[in-house]
Amino acid sequence: MTSNTSDKPPYGVGLHLQALGKRYGARDVLRNTQLRVEPGQFVAIVGRSGCGKSTLLRLVAGLEAPSAGSIAVDGKPLDGLSTDTRIMFQDARLLPWKRVADNVALGLPPEQRAKAQDVLQRVGLGDRGRDWPAKLSGGQRQRVSLARALVHQPRLLLLDEPLGALDALTRIEMHRLIEGLWQTSGFTALLVTHDVQEAVALADRVILIEDGQIVLDETINLARPRQHGDPAFAALEKRILDRVLQKPDAEPKTDINWLGKPAHGLRWAI
Amino acid sequence: MTYSIRELQTSPATSVDAEPRLGFHIPEGDPLAAGVGAVVRKLASSWARAQRVLLQSARALLHSLVPWIVPVLLVAVWHTASASGWLSTRVLPAPLDVVSAAWTLAESGELWKHVQVSAGRALTGLAIGGGLGLLLGLLTGSVRFFETLLDSTIQMVRNIPALAMIPLVILWFGIDESAKLFLIAVAVFFPIYLNTFHGIRNVDPGLIEMGRTYGLSRWGLYTQIILPGALSSILVGLRFSLGLMWVILIVAETISAQAGIGYLTMNAREFLQTDIVLVGILLYAALGKFADLLARALERYWLRWHPGYQKAS
Repeated sequence: MTSNTSDKPPYGVGLHLQALGKRYGARDVLRNTQLRVEPGQFVAIVGRSGCGKSTLLRLVAGLEAPSAGSIAVDGKPLDGLSTDTRIMFQDARLLPWKRVADNVALGLPPEQRAKAQDVLQRVGLGDRGRDWPAKLSGGQRQRVSLARALVHQPRLLLLDEPLGALDALTRIEMHRLIEGLWQTSGFTALLVTHDVQEAVALADRVILIEDGQIVLDETINLARPRQHGDPAFAALEKRILDRVLQKPDAEPKTDINWLGKPAHGLRWAI
Repeated sequence: MTYSIRELQTSPATSVDAEPRLGFHIPEGDPLAAGVGAVVRKLASSWARAQRVLLQSARALLHSLVPWIVPVLLVAVWHTASASGWLSTRVLPAPLDVVSAAWTLAESGELWKHVQVSAGRALTGLAIGGGLGLLLGLLTGSVRFFETLLDSTIQMVRNIPALAMIPLVILWFGIDESAKLFLIAVAVFFPIYLNTFHGIRNVDPGLIEMGRTYGLSRWGLYTQIILPGALSSILVGLRFSLGLMWVILIVAETISAQAGIGYLTMNAREFLQTDIVLVGILLYAALGKFADLLARALERYWLRWHPGYQKAS
């Protein structure tokens, strides 16, 4: 939980999703979803692949319109893209023909360019501003992407599995970076991830989406910074992971003998 | 690309980088000998470093010279064949004759005049055809309506070879400049149109989506994401067009001209001045190469962000 000791109003936005639904053709990806997020909260959304978590994020971002229900940001209904919201995608999506500093400054008015350098410094790439994105490693590109998202000082930061393509060590460093930036700025964060450990490490609340509906809403009361070896951490992680994997899949019907019998109880988490 | 140059190595390749060996053994614990040994070791390592630098620059020099081996050899063979009389001047003039013919033309100023006229025709045709191709490519690539309206028509016309239209062109435009410009423009139009269309269509949609979420206006999206993304395809189209431009120019200049390299060549053919004919051919080749170099320089500048165009570090 954020410790909001000062009296100033929270910087982050509050979200209220009411009876949200989204269907693609004949398929209901999201059904009757209710969610309320307090300003400044860090919420992680976990679930299997295809459960609708990325769709939820895209609806909150305004990239797509809901088929049913409504989304209210700070009480006002959401209509398309918002200037207070920024997304960090799974791939860095840097413009390869612009230098790193120009990428971070994308969409910034020219008088605020100095901010881009500051944020680059904050993510640890202050001296790489003149490089082309092709010269950076995957982790560095995601850091630039994070800097680009933060330079606009968003009130709502949406993270769509941003660390999925990174190696384990870089991921841990990025966790610390994101957590630190969130604690300083106080924006509301929505993190979509398939990694339950990441969710428990970063979030105040972990939400599990299954078959287009929210089936679990677990509050994480652990003190920050979270210790990975902590028994409470491990217990929470186990509980959530067990719930994620709980739903049995139908055994695939196959009469292809040469494939052999599928392993019993095999279920896919990604 | 590296290849071993065994003739230039003064010592086995592996030991150039290794600790240089001394030819004698220094007894341990002797300060004077140790000092001398240190000095000798330093000299030996500087000599090794100098060897390395020499080897690298020799490699670089050879790397730049090797592409010239075949042309120089060909010219040498040509020269000996002409000089020995085996190659008659009716078939192919001697290389020195060609050089002297070129020199005479250059001195009288004719060479420059013809080159100017030809290049002017080519570039004007490129500007018209290429400009139109770029515009239409941008239009059909960006706006669905125009694609539906125009693209299939353009694809149909594309399959008509420009050179097959020469009799029609002469009928429509006569035999003056506009006929030649029309031919060049028509030939140059299609590669640029196709590649521009393709380039715009193939910009990464993820980047466009990202641009939208970061508050770029439609104009900003176009100038910062779509156009730069299409640029590498457009440049490919440009290089294609440049190659076609010269070919069509050569043919167009045979439809009766008063000036230009084609005129020079046709005139010389009438008078059996094969050396001037060859000068004309070589001029075409040189101009084509020059245009290609220009296009490559443009590419190197505009696409310097692309990992494929950067020097391997």
